[in-house]
Amino acid sequence: MDFLLVHFAELVFYCLAAIAVAGAVGVIAFRSPVHAALSLLGTFLAVAGLFVLQHAEFLAAVQILVYAGGIMVLFLFVIMLVNVRTIPQEPQYLARLAPIAAGVAIVLAALVGVGLWAAVRGGPVSPAALTAVQGQAAGNTEAVGWSLYRDYLLPFEVVSVVLLVAMIGAIVMGRKEPGREGA
Amino acid sequence: MITTMHYLVLSLVLFALGVTGMVVRRNFITVLMSLELILNAANINFIAFSRQLGDLTGQVFAVFVITIAAAEAAIGLGIIVALVRLKQTVNLDQVSVMEG
Repeated sequence: MDFLLVHFAELVFYCLAAIAVAGAVGVIAFRSPVHAALSLLGTFLAVAGLFVLQHAEFLAAVQILVYAGGIMVLFLFVIMLVNVRTIPQEPQYLARLAPIAAGVAIVLAALVGVGLWAAVRGGPVSPAALTAVQGQAAGNTEAVGWSLYRDYLLPFEVVSVVLLVAMIGAIVMGRKEPGREGA
Repeated sequence: MITTMHYLVLSLVLFALGVTGMVVRRNFITVLMSLELILNAANINFIAFSRQLGDLTGQVFAVFVITIAAAEAAIGLGIIVALVRLKQTVNLDQVSVMEG
Protein backbone atom coordinates (compact mmCIF):
# COMPACT_ATOMS: atom_id res chain seq x y z
CA MET A 1 0.00 0.00 0.00
CA ASP A 2 2.86 2.33 0.81
CA PHE A 3 4.34 1.53 -2.58
CA LEU A 4 1.08 2.59 -4.22
CA LEU A 5 0.98 5.88 -2.34
CA VAL A 6 4.62 6.76 -2.96
CA HIS A 7 4.56 5.86 -6.63
CA PHE A 8 1.02 6.98 -7.41
CA ALA A 9 2.06 9.59 -10.00
CA GLU A 10 4.32 7.08 -11.73
CA LEU A 11 1.58 4.43 -11.86
CA VAL A 12 -0.94 6.91 -13.28
CA PHE A 13 1.56 8.10 -15.86
CA TYR A 14 2.45 4.60 -17.03
CA CYS A 15 -1.21 3.51 -17.18
CA LEU A 16 -2.20 6.58 -19.21
CA ALA A 17 0.85 6.31 -21.45
CA ALA A 18 0.09 2.65 -22.12
CA ILE A 19 -3.53 3.50 -23.01
CA ALA A 20 -2.40 6.33 -25.28
CA VAL A 21 0.13 4.20 -27.14
CA ALA A 22 -2.25 1.24 -27.40
CA GLY A 23 -4.91 3.54 -28.82
CA ALA A 24 -2.45 4.97 -31.32
CA VAL A 25 -1.43 1.48 -32.42
CA GLY A 26 -5.12 0.64 -32.78
CA VAL A 27 -5.67 3.65 -35.05
CA ILE A 28 -3.20 2.38 -37.62
CA ALA A 29 -3.81 -1.35 -37.07
CA PHE A 30 -7.61 -1.63 -37.16
CA ARG A 31 -9.03 -2.16 -40.62
CA SER A 32 -12.45 -0.80 -39.76
CA PRO A 33 -12.55 3.02 -39.55
CA VAL A 34 -15.09 2.86 -36.70
CA HIS A 35 -12.74 0.73 -34.57
CA ALA A 36 -9.86 3.07 -35.40
CA ALA A 37 -11.95 6.09 -34.38
CA LEU A 38 -12.94 4.55 -31.03
CA SER A 39 -9.33 3.59 -30.42
CA LEU A 40 -8.31 7.19 -31.16
CA LEU A 41 -10.88 8.30 -28.58
CA GLY A 42 -9.00 6.25 -25.97
CA THR A 43 -5.79 8.03 -26.88
CA PHE A 44 -7.47 11.44 -26.58
CA LEU A 45 -8.82 10.66 -23.10
CA ALA A 46 -5.47 9.29 -21.91
CA VAL A 47 -3.69 12.39 -23.19
CA ALA A 48 -6.21 14.54 -21.31
CA GLY A 49 -5.26 12.65 -18.15
CA LEU A 50 -1.59 13.32 -18.86
CA PHE A 51 -2.37 17.04 -19.17
CA VAL A 52 -3.82 16.96 -15.65
CA LEU A 53 -0.61 15.34 -14.38
CA GLN A 54 1.34 18.22 -15.94
CA HIS A 55 -0.70 20.96 -14.22
CA ALA A 56 -2.61 21.85 -17.39
CA GLU A 57 -6.14 21.29 -16.08
CA PHE A 58 -7.76 23.78 -18.44
CA LEU A 59 -6.23 22.09 -21.46
CA ALA A 60 -7.36 18.69 -20.22
CA ALA A 61 -10.94 19.98 -20.20
CA VAL A 62 -10.49 21.55 -23.64
CA GLN A 63 -8.98 18.31 -24.93
CA ILE A 64 -12.02 16.32 -23.83
CA LEU A 65 -14.55 18.90 -25.04
CA VAL A 66 -13.00 19.59 -28.43
CA TYR A 67 -11.38 16.29 -29.34
CA ALA A 68 -13.61 13.69 -27.68
CA GLY A 69 -16.77 15.77 -27.94
CA GLY A 70 -16.33 17.55 -31.25
CA ILE A 71 -13.75 16.07 -33.58
CA MET A 72 -14.54 12.46 -32.68
CA VAL A 73 -18.26 12.92 -33.29
CA LEU A 74 -17.44 14.57 -36.61
CA PHE A 75 -15.29 11.59 -37.60
CA LEU A 76 -17.98 9.08 -36.63
CA PHE A 77 -20.64 11.07 -38.50
CA VAL A 78 -18.56 11.10 -41.67
CA ILE A 79 -17.77 7.38 -41.33
CA MET A 80 -21.49 6.66 -41.08
CA LEU A 81 -22.28 9.06 -43.93
CA VAL A 82 -19.65 7.59 -46.21
CA ASN A 83 -20.39 4.00 -45.16
CA VAL A 84 -17.34 2.31 -46.66
CA ARG A 85 -18.33 -1.25 -45.91
CA THR A 86 -16.00 -2.84 -48.43
CA ILE A 87 -12.49 -1.49 -48.17
CA PRO A 88 -10.17 -3.23 -50.64
CA GLN A 89 -7.08 -4.94 -49.29
CA GLU A 90 -4.25 -2.44 -49.05
CA PRO A 91 -1.14 -3.32 -51.07
CA GLN A 92 1.96 -4.35 -49.11
CA TYR A 93 4.40 -2.45 -51.31
CA LEU A 94 6.25 -0.96 -48.35
CA ALA A 95 7.60 -4.32 -47.08
CA ARG A 96 10.76 -4.31 -49.19
CA LEU A 97 11.77 -0.92 -47.81
CA ALA A 98 12.08 -2.39 -44.30
CA PRO A 99 15.93 -2.40 -44.06
CA ILE A 100 16.15 1.24 -45.15
CA ALA A 101 13.35 2.14 -42.77
CA ALA A 102 15.15 0.44 -39.86
CA GLY A 103 18.38 2.35 -40.61
CA VAL A 104 16.59 5.69 -40.84
CA ALA A 105 14.69 4.92 -37.63
CA ILE A 106 17.88 4.19 -35.68
CA VAL A 107 19.60 7.38 -36.87
CA LEU A 108 16.49 9.43 -36.13
CA ALA A 109 16.13 7.90 -32.66
CA ALA A 110 19.78 8.68 -31.87
CA LEU A 111 19.42 12.30 -33.03
CA VAL A 112 16.19 12.81 -31.10
CA GLY A 113 17.68 11.15 -28.02
CA VAL A 114 20.64 13.51 -27.98
CA GLY A 115 18.34 16.49 -28.50
CA LEU A 116 16.00 15.41 -25.71
CA TRP A 117 18.85 14.81 -23.31
CA ALA A 118 20.29 18.24 -24.02
CA ALA A 119 16.90 19.93 -23.65
CA VAL A 120 15.86 18.57 -20.25
CA ARG A 121 19.10 18.25 -18.32
CA GLY A 122 17.82 20.53 -15.54
CA GLY A 123 14.79 19.38 -13.54
CA PRO A 124 11.43 21.12 -13.81
CA VAL A 125 10.88 24.32 -11.90
CA SER A 126 8.02 24.81 -9.44
CA PRO A 127 4.55 24.53 -11.03
CA ALA A 128 3.41 27.68 -9.22
CA ALA A 129 3.98 29.81 -12.32
CA LEU A 130 1.38 27.74 -14.20
CA THR A 131 -1.41 28.89 -11.90
CA ALA A 132 -0.25 32.43 -11.13
CA VAL A 133 -1.88 35.62 -12.39
CA GLN A 134 0.55 38.56 -12.18
CA GLY A 135 2.44 36.86 -9.38
CA GLN A 136 -0.71 36.05 -7.38
CA ALA A 137 -1.82 32.47 -6.92
CA ALA A 138 -4.96 31.66 -8.94
CA GLY A 139 -6.35 28.76 -10.98
CA ASN A 140 -4.85 27.28 -14.11
CA THR A 141 -7.86 28.34 -16.20
CA GLU A 142 -7.56 31.90 -14.96
CA ALA A 143 -3.84 31.97 -15.67
CA VAL A 144 -4.26 30.62 -19.21
CA GLY A 145 -7.05 33.12 -19.78
CA TRP A 146 -4.86 36.03 -18.68
CA SER A 147 -2.02 34.89 -20.88
CA LEU A 148 -4.35 34.27 -23.84
CA TYR A 149 -6.17 37.60 -23.72
CA ARG A 150 -3.31 39.86 -22.62
CA ASP A 151 -0.15 38.50 -24.25
CA TYR A 152 -1.60 36.60 -27.21
CA LEU A 153 -4.69 38.59 -28.15
CA LEU A 154 -3.73 39.05 -31.83
CA PRO A 155 -2.88 35.35 -32.44
CA PHE A 156 -6.13 34.46 -30.70
CA GLU A 157 -8.14 36.65 -33.08
CA VAL A 158 -6.22 35.31 -36.09
CA VAL A 159 -7.02 31.76 -35.02
CA SER A 160 -10.70 32.63 -34.78
CA VAL A 161 -10.55 33.88 -38.38
CA VAL A 162 -8.88 30.57 -39.34
CA LEU A 163 -11.78 28.72 -37.73
CA LEU A 164 -14.30 30.86 -39.62
CA VAL A 165 -12.55 30.21 -42.93
CA ALA A 166 -12.40 26.47 -42.19
CA MET A 167 -16.09 26.44 -41.34
CA ILE A 168 -17.03 28.20 -44.58
CA GLY A 169 -14.70 25.91 -46.53
CA ALA A 170 -16.21 22.79 -45.02
CA ILE A 171 -19.74 24.01 -45.81
CA VAL A 172 -18.81 24.86 -49.40
CA MET A 173 -17.15 21.48 -49.94
CA GLY A 174 -19.93 19.51 -48.30
CA ARG A 175 -22.64 21.27 -50.33
CA LYS A 176 -24.28 19.48 -53.24
CA GLU A 177 -23.37 21.30 -56.44
CA PRO A 178 -26.52 21.78 -58.55
CA GLY A 179 -24.66 21.66 -61.88
CA ARG A 180 -22.95 18.38 -60.97
CA GLU A 181 -26.14 16.43 -60.43
CA GLY A 182 -26.19 13.25 -62.47
CA ALA A 183 -22.84 14.06 -64.07
CA MET B 1 9.89 10.06 -10.49
CA ILE B 2 8.34 11.03 -13.80
CA THR B 3 10.51 13.54 -15.62
CA THR B 4 9.95 15.69 -18.67
CA MET B 5 11.93 13.07 -20.59
CA HIS B 6 9.15 10.50 -20.01
CA TYR B 7 6.62 12.84 -21.61
CA LEU B 8 8.92 13.62 -24.52
CA VAL B 9 9.51 9.93 -25.22
CA LEU B 10 5.77 9.25 -25.08
CA SER B 11 5.20 12.15 -27.46
CA LEU B 12 7.89 10.76 -29.76
CA VAL B 13 6.18 7.35 -29.82
CA LEU B 14 2.78 8.89 -30.60
CA PHE B 15 4.32 11.09 -33.31
CA ALA B 16 6.10 8.11 -34.90
CA LEU B 17 2.89 6.07 -34.85
CA GLY B 18 1.04 8.99 -36.45
CA VAL B 19 3.61 9.35 -39.24
CA THR B 20 3.56 5.59 -39.77
CA GLY B 21 -0.20 5.67 -40.07
CA MET B 22 -0.09 8.52 -42.59
CA VAL B 23 2.47 6.74 -44.74
CA VAL B 24 1.25 3.16 -44.50
CA ARG B 25 -2.55 3.42 -44.56
CA ARG B 26 -4.36 4.27 -47.77
CA ASN B 27 -7.74 4.99 -46.20
CA PHE B 28 -8.27 8.78 -46.18
CA ILE B 29 -10.19 8.69 -42.88
CA THR B 30 -7.42 6.75 -41.13
CA VAL B 31 -4.81 9.15 -42.52
CA LEU B 32 -6.75 12.07 -41.01
CA MET B 33 -6.88 10.26 -37.65
CA SER B 34 -3.12 9.74 -37.82
CA LEU B 35 -2.77 13.48 -38.37
CA GLU B 36 -4.73 14.04 -35.16
CA LEU B 37 -2.27 11.73 -33.38
CA ILE B 38 0.63 13.86 -34.60
CA LEU B 39 -1.02 17.06 -33.37
CA ASN B 40 -1.67 15.40 -29.99
CA ALA B 41 2.01 14.46 -29.75
CA ALA B 42 2.90 18.10 -30.43
CA ASN B 43 0.53 19.15 -27.65
CA ILE B 44 2.15 16.75 -25.17
CA ASN B 45 5.49 18.35 -25.99
CA PHE B 46 4.10 21.85 -25.49
CA ILE B 47 2.63 20.91 -22.12
CA ALA B 48 5.76 19.05 -20.98
CA PHE B 49 7.98 22.03 -21.72
CA SER B 50 5.47 24.41 -20.21
CA ARG B 51 5.81 22.41 -16.99
CA GLN B 52 9.58 22.10 -17.32
CA LEU B 53 10.14 25.84 -17.80
CA GLY B 54 7.27 27.06 -15.63
CA ASP B 55 5.98 29.12 -18.54
CA LEU B 56 2.32 29.34 -19.58
CA THR B 57 3.14 30.08 -23.23
CA GLY B 58 3.25 26.35 -23.98
CA GLN B 59 -0.30 25.89 -22.74
CA VAL B 60 -1.52 28.87 -24.77
CA PHE B 61 0.06 27.43 -27.91
CA ALA B 62 -1.49 24.05 -27.18
CA VAL B 63 -4.87 25.84 -27.29
CA PHE B 64 -3.96 27.16 -30.74
CA VAL B 65 -2.89 23.68 -31.88
CA ILE B 66 -6.23 22.25 -30.76
CA THR B 67 -8.04 25.00 -32.69
CA ILE B 68 -6.06 24.26 -35.84
CA ALA B 69 -6.73 20.54 -35.35
CA ALA B 70 -10.46 21.20 -35.22
CA ALA B 71 -10.29 23.34 -38.38
CA GLU B 72 -8.21 20.71 -40.14
CA ALA B 73 -10.64 17.94 -39.17
CA ALA B 74 -13.61 19.94 -40.49
CA ILE B 75 -11.86 20.67 -43.81
CA GLY B 76 -10.52 17.12 -44.16
CA LEU B 77 -13.87 15.51 -43.51
CA GLY B 78 -15.50 17.97 -45.91
CA ILE B 79 -13.00 16.83 -48.54
CA ILE B 80 -13.86 13.19 -47.77
CA VAL B 81 -17.57 13.83 -48.24
CA ALA B 82 -16.93 15.64 -51.53
CA LEU B 83 -14.56 12.88 -52.64
CA VAL B 84 -17.03 10.10 -51.93
CA ARG B 85 -19.74 12.01 -53.76
CA LEU B 86 -17.45 12.40 -56.77
CA LYS B 87 -15.58 9.07 -56.89
CA GLN B 88 -17.29 6.71 -54.40
CA THR B 89 -13.95 5.88 -52.76
CA VAL B 90 -11.79 6.89 -49.80
CA ASN B 91 -8.72 5.06 -51.06
CA LEU B 92 -5.93 7.57 -51.63
CA ASP B 93 -4.32 5.45 -54.35
CA GLN B 94 -7.38 5.94 -56.52
CA VAL B 95 -7.28 9.72 -56.10
CA SER B 96 -4.19 10.75 -58.02
CA VAL B 97 -5.48 13.33 -60.49
CA MET B 98 -6.18 16.97 -59.66
CA GLU B 99 -9.16 17.50 -61.92
CA GLY B 100 -12.38 15.59 -61.42
